[in-house]
Amino acid sequence: MKHLRAAFLAPGVAVMAILFFAPLLIVLAYSLLTRGAYGGVVPPWTGESYARVFDPLYGEILYRSVWIAGVSTALCLALGFPLALYIARAARHKGLLLNLVMLPFWTSFLIRTYAWMFLLRDTGLINSMLLSLHVIREPLPLLFNTGAVILGLVYGYLPFMVLPLYATLEKLDPYLLDAAADLGAAPFVTVWRVVVPLAKPGMVAGCLLVFIPCLGAYLTPDLMGGGKTVMAGNLVQNQFTTARDWPFGAAVSLVLMVLVLVVTRALMRRTEELL
Amino acid sequence: MKRFLALYAGAAYLFLYAPLFVLGVFSFNASKIAAWRGFTCNWYAKVFHDPALLDGTMNSLTIALVATIVSTIIGTLAGYALWKKRLPWLTNSLYLSLLTPEIVTGISLLAFFEWAFHFLHVQLGMHTVILAHISFSLAYVVIVILARLRTLDPALEEAALDLGANEWEVFRRITVPLLLPGIIAAALLCFTVSFDDYVITSLVAGVNSETLPMIIYAMARKGVSPEVNALSVMITMGLGVFILVAGRLEQRA
Repeated sequence: MKHLRAAFLAPGVAVMAILFFAPLLIVLAYSLLTRGAYGGVVPPWTGESYARVFDPLYGEILYRSVWIAGVSTALCLALGFPLALYIARAARHKGLLLNLVMLPFWTSFLIRTYAWMFLLRDTGLINSMLLSLHVIREPLPLLFNTGAVILGLVYGYLPFMVLPLYATLEKLDPYLLDAAADLGAAPFVTVWRVVVPLAKPGMVAGCLLVFIPCLGAYLTPDLMGGGKTVMAGNLVQNQFTTARDWPFGAAVSLVLMVLVLVVTRALMRRTEELL
Repeated sequence: MKRFLALYAGAAYLFLYAPLFVLGVFSFNASKIAAWRGFTCNWYAKVFHDPALLDGTMNSLTIALVATIVSTIIGTLAGYALWKKRLPWLTNSLYLSLLTPEIVTGISLLAFFEWAFHFLHVQLGMHTVILAHISFSLAYVVIVILARLRTLDPALEEAALDLGANEWEVFRRITVPLLLPGIIAAALLCFTVSFDDYVITSLVAGVNSETLPMIIYAMARKGVSPEVNALSVMITMGLGVFILVAGRLEQRA
């Protein structure tokens, strides 16, 4: 058995080692080197790139990424909770209702973002309609701002919030709700004081699943923000392409990775405590 | 309360589907601008006559197909081995690869390939894209396969061993057939993530390896294009069917 298992594992381990860990090690090495005159990296070894990540100009981008990811996560929680509750308490077709939430997620992320751009741009559907109805004279600036980025992130990752929330709410004993109602609690009070506390593990898991991809978002700020709302992911891309400062881009990448890991650890521990 | 929740859920589903629905409707619009000027199927015809789009589709299909086959085989074998004996370091590494922001995966692979090219005389192209796709889709395969394996009865394998089959025969003749729906589901999922990827692909693609998402991205940046609307509808429908089939297979125990 031992030989067969080793043979089965070998290709998977090789892929992870060569195509995941080795590239990360190279990024680590790059982050500690100096920028070459024509891009690339040259000696000497230095920690200067990391110092720059936290200087005010770039620190602001990192701070903005955390802030945008936080707001998007909070909105997903507020929007996803009643939806998950509805699905969990539905009399029939629970599976179908849940699949309907997940289906757009599995279709192209790029296309879903493009669909919003089609609605929101200056010459997009909403502005054209309002203009032709003479409600407005000038197109409203709906796209290419922070609000649009948050909208794109919420739209993109809402299913990730609903899924774990549904999983905890579905297991909730319906008699608890009846008991609360019998004891005179109004429906909203029941939800707030009975359902919400019991749904905490799902809430923490959902927040983790939404916050992590939002923090590292690249495509949404790029397209919906139109280069005006720069997040950490855009900074990384910019340093590796236009600015050709690989050490700095590498340092930002690793700081982003560390942030992702710290948040994951913290929220995972919180879930374990709650369970 | 019930009525409020139902109303709210209706609005939420509208929020999820309206943008895609509107895009679908306007893919049949006779005008190039976002105002309805009558029905046409011209944009669909145009998609099929655009050589750049056809090339991109071929590239995307080739990449997704090769990456899916390799990833599914490697992932199924690894998933089986992990089911036999848990290896937290490997499982955690796979989860870590899922948590890594796409842009970080992309630039690290780019840096790795550029470094490797110092020793090998190759350049960025289809092969680098395929390698990148195998790397990021492996975790999806292993997770789906492990979930499916947990529903299998270990007694079946034990019975086969008792009856004199060796380990390879057990795997080949007992486990793989039982696991088949899971393997197909994993492959469909893998194909979907690979076919859709833009961020990582755009970084490791070279000349002559432009994929469909890269073309859509370029068009989306330029402005509203009904051709992209039509293309989007076809891709969404195609991927939607894939995912529905994958979901069915996963549920069937």
